[in-house]
Amino acid sequence: MNQVIDWISQPWPWYVAGPLIALVMFSMLFFGKSFGLSSNLRTMCSILGAGKSCDFFDFNWRDQMWNLIFATGLVLGGLITHLYLSNDQPVHISASTIAELQSYGIENPGKNVVPKEIFNWEALFTLKGFIFMVVGGFLVGFGTRYAGGCTSGHAISGLSNLQPASLLAVIGFFIGGLVMTYFILPYLLIL
Amino acid sequence: MKIFRYLFIGAIFGITLAKAEVISWFRIYEMFKFQSFHMYGVIGSAIMIGIIVIQWIKRKKLKSIDGEPIQIIPKKFSWARYLIGGTIFGLGWAITGACPGPMFILLGNGVGVILVVIASAMLGTYVYGKIRHKLPH
Repeated sequence: MNQVIDWISQPWPWYVAGPLIALVMFSMLFFGKSFGLSSNLRTMCSILGAGKSCDFFDFNWRDQMWNLIFATGLVLGGLITHLYLSNDQPVHISASTIAELQSYGIENPGKNVVPKEIFNWEALFTLKGFIFMVVGGFLVGFGTRYAGGCTSGHAISGLSNLQPASLLAVIGFFIGGLVMTYFILPYLLIL
Repeated sequence: MKIFRYLFIGAIFGITLAKAEVISWFRIYEMFKFQSFHMYGVIGSAIMIGIIVIQWIKRKKLKSIDGEPIQIIPKKFSWARYLIGGTIFGLGWAITGACPGPMFILLGNGVGVILVVIASAMLGTYVYGKIRHKLPH
């Protein structure tokens, strides 16, 4: 059993993760649902009472419970990995990524799952932390609802269904991601 | 108990993205810099198999567990909403290094401060809901 756990605890290659993601999507379809995470953000707004001030959130969120439970499963999966399936290895990013991020002042790129010097509670009260966490999160939430889906809904479900709308959304994801990474992050990272 | 099926599938998804390092900010940065094939392999192979699976569902007219035909309602095409909305999402994805799925997984994976990112994403969703009538779709 320990050998199995050790084996699972190694980082998983892409050809294991990709098929499993497709299996997850199929399982949701088989249970009569759809595969997409971002609508949970809307549901959570609705639960907090956003329906009183905005009709976009005025719906019966109980109908969306299945998706919130699915999202809870994600938290649980993260926790299981954290507690039982991690072997404290760094993230296996390429040498060029490490060198580049070091030149921007990130001390141990890949040591933790996220750059700890940016994503922590103290940093929240600095301009840099505020931009990475608060502004970044806002753009994700606003953009995903505007585009009607995120990576799971558009890139995986939508492209699997050969939807032109999803292809356009994914092109948008990359325009935004490339502009940010090439032209804006170099300035933000050295703040 | 139906809730366990969603919890279970969600946990599988969470473990998969955590173990394949998809939840890492560093992997997203590396992807947008084209410095590794990893993320393209993950997303690309998921889509390849997804296309085959959905074609199979459609051709065989597969039914769900409740006996209903599996229907995938395609999104109506338009330019502005997907291109502008998608670009805004992409800008945020590259800063936070996390799209909505990984945000939930990171929370379980010990990155508590991601709660701030989730709360802010909810605020973004709320503001979209408020001003959506003024936006081109």
